Amino acid sequence: MSNPLSAFLRDYLTVGIFASLAFVLVGLLLFISWLVRPDRRQAQKYIAYESGVDPVGDMWSQSQVRYYIFALLFVMFDVEAVFIFPWATQLEVFGFFGLIEMTIFIVILLLGLVYAWRKGVLRWV
Amino acid sequence: MDAIWLIPALPVAGFLLLVVAGRKLGDPAAGWVATLAVAGSFVVSAAVFLHLLGLPAEERNVTVTLWQWLPAGSFQVSFGLFFDQLSGVMCLFITGIGALIHLYAVGYMKGDPHYSRFFVYLNLFVASMLLLVLGDNLLMTFLGWEGVGACSYLLISFWFTDPANASAGKKAFVTNRIGDLGFMLATFLLFVSLGTVNYTEINAAAPKLAGVTATAVALLFFLAATGKSAQLPLFVWLPDAMAGPTPVSALIHAATMVTSGVFLLTRLSGVMAEAGWANGLIAWVGVLTALVAAGAGVAQNDIKKVLAYSTVSQLGFMFLAVGTQNYVGAIFHMITHAFFKALLFLGAGAVIYSMAHEQDMRRYGNLRKYLPVTFVTMGIGWLAISGIPPFSGFWSKDEVLAGAFNAGPAGPVLWFLGITAAVLTAFYMTRLMIMTFFGGAEHWRTDAAESLPEGGADEDAELSVAGHDTGHGAHSDDAGHDHHHLTPDHTPREAPVTMLLPLVVLAGLAVVGGLMNLPFSHRLENLAIWIEPVLAGEHELPGAAVLWVLAILATAGAVLGVWFSYRVYQQHKVAPEKVEKPVLAHAWYIDETYAKVVGGPGEASFDAVAEFDQKVVDGAVNGVGSGTRWIGRALRPLQPGFVRSYALGVAVGSVLVLAFVVTRMSL
Amino acid sequence: MTGFVAVLAATEDIPTPDVDWSAIAPNLILMLGGILLLTVVSVVRGRLPGWFHAVWTISVATAAIVAVVPLWQRVQDSGPESVLAGALVLDGFSLVVTATICVSVILAALLLEAYLRRERLGGPEWYVLMLLSASGGVTMATANDLVVVFIGLEILSVAVYVLAAMHRRRVSSQEAGLKYFVLGAFSSAFLLYGIALTYGATGSTNLSRIQAFLADTVITQNALLLGGLAFMLVGFGFKVAVVPFHNWKPDVYQGSPTPVTAFMATAVTAAAFAALLRVYVTTFGPTYRTEWQPLVAALTVLTLVVGAFLAISQTNVKRMLAYSSINHAGFVLLGVLAASAAGDAATLFYLVAYTFMAAGSFAVVAVVGRRGDGHHDLSDYQGLSRSRPGLALVFTILLLSQAGVPLTAGFLAKFYVLAAAVESGYTWLAVLAMLTAVVSAFMYLRIVVTMYFAEPEGEPRRPRIPAAAGLAMGLCVVGVLVIGIVPGPLSDVANDAVSQLVAVGR
Repeated sequence: MSNPLSAFLRDYLTVGIFASLAFVLVGLLLFISWLVRPDRRQAQKYIAYESGVDPVGDMWSQSQVRYYIFALLFVMFDVEAVFIFPWATQLEVFGFFGLIEMTIFIVILLLGLVYAWRKGVLRWV
Repeated sequence: MDAIWLIPALPVAGFLLLVVAGRKLGDPAAGWVATLAVAGSFVVSAAVFLHLLGLPAEERNVTVTLWQWLPAGSFQVSFGLFFDQLSGVMCLFITGIGALIHLYAVGYMKGDPHYSRFFVYLNLFVASMLLLVLGDNLLMTFLGWEGVGACSYLLISFWFTDPANASAGKKAFVTNRIGDLGFMLATFLLFVSLGTVNYTEINAAAPKLAGVTATAVALLFFLAATGKSAQLPLFVWLPDAMAGPTPVSALIHAATMVTSGVFLLTRLSGVMAEAGWANGLIAWVGVLTALVAAGAGVAQNDIKKVLAYSTVSQLGFMFLAVGTQNYVGAIFHMITHAFFKALLFLGAGAVIYSMAHEQDMRRYGNLRKYLPVTFVTMGIGWLAISGIPPFSGFWSKDEVLAGAFNAGPAGPVLWFLGITAAVLTAFYMTRLMIMTFFGGAEHWRTDAAESLPEGGADEDAELSVAGHDTGHGAHSDDAGHDHHHLTPDHTPREAPVTMLLPLVVLAGLAVVGGLMNLPFSHRLENLAIWIEPVLAGEHELPGAAVLWVLAILATAGAVLGVWFSYRVYQQHKVAPEKVEKPVLAHAWYIDETYAKVVGGPGEASFDAVAEFDQKVVDGAVNGVGSGTRWIGRALRPLQPGFVRSYALGVAVGSVLVLAFVVTRMSL
Repeated sequence: MTGFVAVLAATEDIPTPDVDWSAIAPNLILMLGGILLLTVVSVVRGRLPGWFHAVWTISVATAAIVAVVPLWQRVQDSGPESVLAGALVLDGFSLVVTATICVSVILAALLLEAYLRRERLGGPEWYVLMLLSASGGVTMATANDLVVVFIGLEILSVAVYVLAAMHRRRVSSQEAGLKYFVLGAFSSAFLLYGIALTYGATGSTNLSRIQAFLADTVITQNALLLGGLAFMLVGFGFKVAVVPFHNWKPDVYQGSPTPVTAFMATAVTAAAFAALLRVYVTTFGPTYRTEWQPLVAALTVLTLVVGAFLAISQTNVKRMLAYSSINHAGFVLLGVLAASAAGDAATLFYLVAYTFMAAGSFAVVAVVGRRGDGHHDLSDYQGLSRSRPGLALVFTILLLSQAGVPLTAGFLAKFYVLAAAVESGYTWLAVLAMLTAVVSAFMYLRIVVTMYFAEPEGEPRRPRIPAAAGLAMGLCVVGVLVIGIVPGPLSDVANDAVSQLVAVGR
C-alpha cells in the first residue's frame, strides 16, 4: 500500500467516513424524533407553513423575455469582473502579455455589447 | 493494340451523347446512334481478336492500364482492361449480339414515349457488361456487376407506370443484393488471403490458398452467381423480369448479363480448381436448376415466361459444366445459348409485336401463315435449343452432358438428370412452337381474353407479375398505339425489316454455331484450343465410343420430347392438363413460399426492428425505472419521456461502459 | 493552499508563451471573421443584403483554407510542431481536418443563403454562429491539451445548439435546439469528468506529457485512468453519436434547419472524430490500446448495426439520413479502432468524403423540403425524376456514394476503413460492417426507387432550386465523383497527414 495513488485514494476514505457519519447522525436524530413524537394527522398540518403564503394558480408563470436578456447581460459583465479582478491584482506578474490578453477579452465582450445595443436590447418598452 | 479501351468507351460515349441530346435526336435517330456505338465496339473487338489470333497462345492477351485507381499503399488497384482469350470471346458475342438487339429495338420501341431513354439504359448496360468482362481485377468486375444490375432493374421497370413492373424490378433488386453480398465478401476474403484482386495474380497464386479459404471464396462467388445468373434458390426474379421490353429480355435476361456468373467462375478457374467440394455443389445446383426450371417451363402460357424458365434451365446446364470443371463446355454453351435464346426472344418479340402485344400463347395459333420469316427463324432456334443435330445447341449441350458423365462417380447421375431436363426442354419448346405457329385454329378469333382461365403463376400474390398483359398496358397507352386489345378481326403482319434482319442473322449463327467446337478431332475443337491456355482445372471428355453413345442417346431424348409434345398439342392424343400440372405452372411454388416467408415472419421481424428504438430501447430505460420502483417513488416519473429518457439512455450507456472498464481495473 | 500563497509571493514573471500567429492563422481567420461580421452589422446603419453575409462567410472560410496551404508545406518540410506553449499542435492531420471544416462551412453557407431567402428569415447571426462554431471545431482538431479540447468542444457546441433552434417559426427546430442543448451539456459533463480523472491519473492535461508519462511509467492501479478513458469516450461518443449515446441524433437532425443539419453532419462530426482520434489513438494508442479497443469495438458493432437497421424502417428522409449518419459514424469508428497509421489515414479519408456526401444529400433534402422545411417524407420524393430530373440524378449519385458503390467517394472511404480494420486484426468486424453496408444500401436504394419509379399522388411538384443550393450540390457531386475516380491525391494527402503529438519546446 505504499503506492502514492492508494495513499491519495485513502485521503478520500476520511471524506467517506465523515459523509457516512453525517448520514447516520441525521438519520438517527430523525428516527428518534419519529419514535418519541405524537403522530396526529390533520388537514391543517398539510398546508403551507404558518407565515407562508398560500399558493394560488399554476406554478408555471411567464415572465417578460426582457428579464432574460438583462440576466444574460448581467452574467456577461459579471463574468468579465470575475476574470478582471484576479488579473488586476497580479498585473505586474502577467506583464505586457497579460495586458494584451485582457484587452482582447474585453474588446470581444464589448463587441457583444455593441451588438446587443444595436439590436435595441438596452431600450426598455 | 491499346485500342481496347475503345471497346467500353464507345458505348459510354453513346450513353453520354444520348443523355445530353437523346431527346433532340428522337425516334429513330437516338436508336441508330446507340446501335452504331455498339457496332463500333464490335468492330474494335473483332480487330483485336484477329490480332491476337496471329500471336502464339501465351502472348494472346493485352492489358491496358488506364489509370491507377487506388494508388500506393498496401493495396493497389489499377483501372485496367484485360483482353485475353476468354474476355475476348465474351466481348465479341456481347457486342455482336448487342448490336443486333439494338438494331431490333430500333424497330420494336418505335413510338414509345421514352424512346431515347430506353437506348440510354441499353448503351449503359453494354458498357457495364464490357467493363465486367474486360476488367483486369475483381473491383472492376464488381463495378460492371453493379452497373449491369442497375441497368437491369431500370429496364425491367422501364414501363414503371405499371405497378407490377416496378415490383418486378424491386424483386430483381433484392435477390441480386443477396448475391452481391457474396461477391463483396469473396473479394474481401481473396484480398485478405492473397493481397491482390488482380485476376492474373489471383489465378497464379491460387494454389497457395488454403483449401478452406478457396472453398469459401468459391461458395461466396457462387452465391453471387446464383443471384445474377438466376440459379436455385435465387432464380425467382428472372421470370418476373420479363416485364421489361422484349429486346431487354433478349439482351440482358438471356444472352449476356445472366451469364456473367458463369463468366466470373470461369475467370477464376484457378481458385475453383482448389475449391474442392464447392465444385460438386455447383454442379448439383446447376443440374437441379435445369430440371426444376424446365419443369416449370412446361406449364407456362405466357410466351416470354416459357423462354424465361428455359433460360434459367439452360443457365443450369452452364453451371453443371462449371461445376464439373468443364469450362470450355460452359463457355461454348453460353455462346450458342446466346445465339439461339436471343433469336427465340427476338422471335417471340416479333410475334408479340404483330399480335397487338398479346403474350398469351393460348390466343395464338396458325401464325406461320402470317409470319413466315419469324416462323422459319424461330423454328431454327427451336431445333437448336431442343438439341437436334446439326444445330448449334446440340453440340454445346452434348459437350456439357458428356463432361458431366465423366465427372467422377456421380457423373452418370448428373448426366441422367441433365438429359431429363433436355427432354423436357424439347417438349416445352415444341409446345411453344405448336401453340404459336401451328394448331390450325386461330384462337384470337374465337377465344376472348376474358374467357381464358388465368393460367399458371399469373394470379399469385402481389410480388409476381400479372401474366398475359405484362407490360403492354402502360406501354401501349403511353405510345398511343391502338393495339391495346387483340380484336377478333386482327390480321397479324410481319414485323419491319430492322426487326427481321437480326432474326435472320441470329438464325444463321444458331445453325452454324456448333462449328466453333466440333468434338470429332482435337483440331476441330477451336474454342477449346483457344480458351484452354487461360483455364485451370482438370477435366476430360469421355472416349470417342462413349461420346458417340451419349450423343445418340441425347438425340433420341430430344426427338422423344418433340414427339411427345407433338402428340399432346398437335394431335391432341393426350389432354394437356395431364402434363401441365398446377405445381409446374406455379414453378413448384418456390416464389409463393418466398413471398409468404418474406411477407409473414420476414415482415414481422422487420417491423420488430422498426419498433426497436421506440419500444425496446425506451422499454429498457423504463424497465430500469419500474425495476427500481421499490427504492422509492423518486424514480416514478420515468415515463416514455423525451429528453430525460434520452439522457437516461446516455446514462445507462455510460454505466455499461464503466461496467466494462471495471472488469479491467486493477486497484 | 501553500501553492496559492507561493504564487502570490512570487514576483517574477509567469512565463508567457510565444504566440506563433502564423501557425494559428486558419483558426484566427475563422474566429475574427465571425466577430468582425457581427461588428460590421452592428456598426453599419440599415440592413445589409442577405447575400453579403454568405459571401463574407465563404470568403472567410476560403481565406482559412488558403492559410492552411503554407502551413501544410511547413509541416511537410520541417515536421509537426507544437505552438502556444504546447496547447495546440500543428501537424498534417489537424490541417486536413481544418480544411475539411472550412469546406463544410462553405457548403453550409451556400445552403443557408438559399434557405434563409426561402424561409424569409434573415440576419447575420446564422453565419456568425457558424463561423464561431467552425473555429471551435478547428480548436478541437488542433488541440494538444485536454482542456483545449474541451474549450473547443464547447465553442463548437454552444454555437450549434443555438443554430439548431434558429428557425423561429418551426416548433420542431426549437425542440431540437433544446434537446441538443440539454443532452449536450450532460455529455460535456461526462467529458469534463473524464478529463479530470485522466489528470488525476497522469498529472497533466497536456497530451504530449500524458503520452510521455504513460510511456515511462507503469501504472499499477489503473482505475482512475480507465475511468477517465471511459468517461471521455462517453463525451466524445455523444458528439459523434455512437450507439448507445446516439438517441438525440435523429430528433435533432430532423428538427434542425436543414443547412444546420448539413453543418452538424459534416463539421461537427469531423471535429469530434479528430479529437477522439487524437486522444485515443495518438495519445493512449501506444500504451493503452488494448484496454480501450474491446470497448470501442463493442460500440462500433452497436453503432453499425443500429444505424443500418433503424435507418431502413424510417419513412422520413431526413431521419433516414440521420440514422444512416450513425451507420457512417460506425465506419469511421472502425478506422479509429484500427489504431494504426493506416487507420488514421482511412478515418481522415472517410471524413473528407463524408463531408461531400452528407452536405450534398442534405442540400437536396433542403431543396425538396420546400418552404417551411417540412416536406421530408418519402412520398415527397415520388416522381422527382420527372419533375426535377437533375435533382434526382444528383441525389442518386450522392446516395449511391453513401451506399458505397464503386467509382464514388463512398466506396473508397469504406474500403480504406475496412482494410485498416482488417490489418489490425478486426476481420470479423469488417465483415459485419460490410453486412450493415448492404442493409443500409437497401435504404438508400429505396429512396432512389421512390424517386424514379413511384407515381406521385396528385400533381408532381417542382421544388425550386436556388442558384446557391445548386452550386453546393454541384460541388458535392463533383467532389464525390472526383474522389471516387481519382482518389490518388486525397489518399496521398491522408497518408501524409499522420496525427502526431509534439512535446512542448520544439
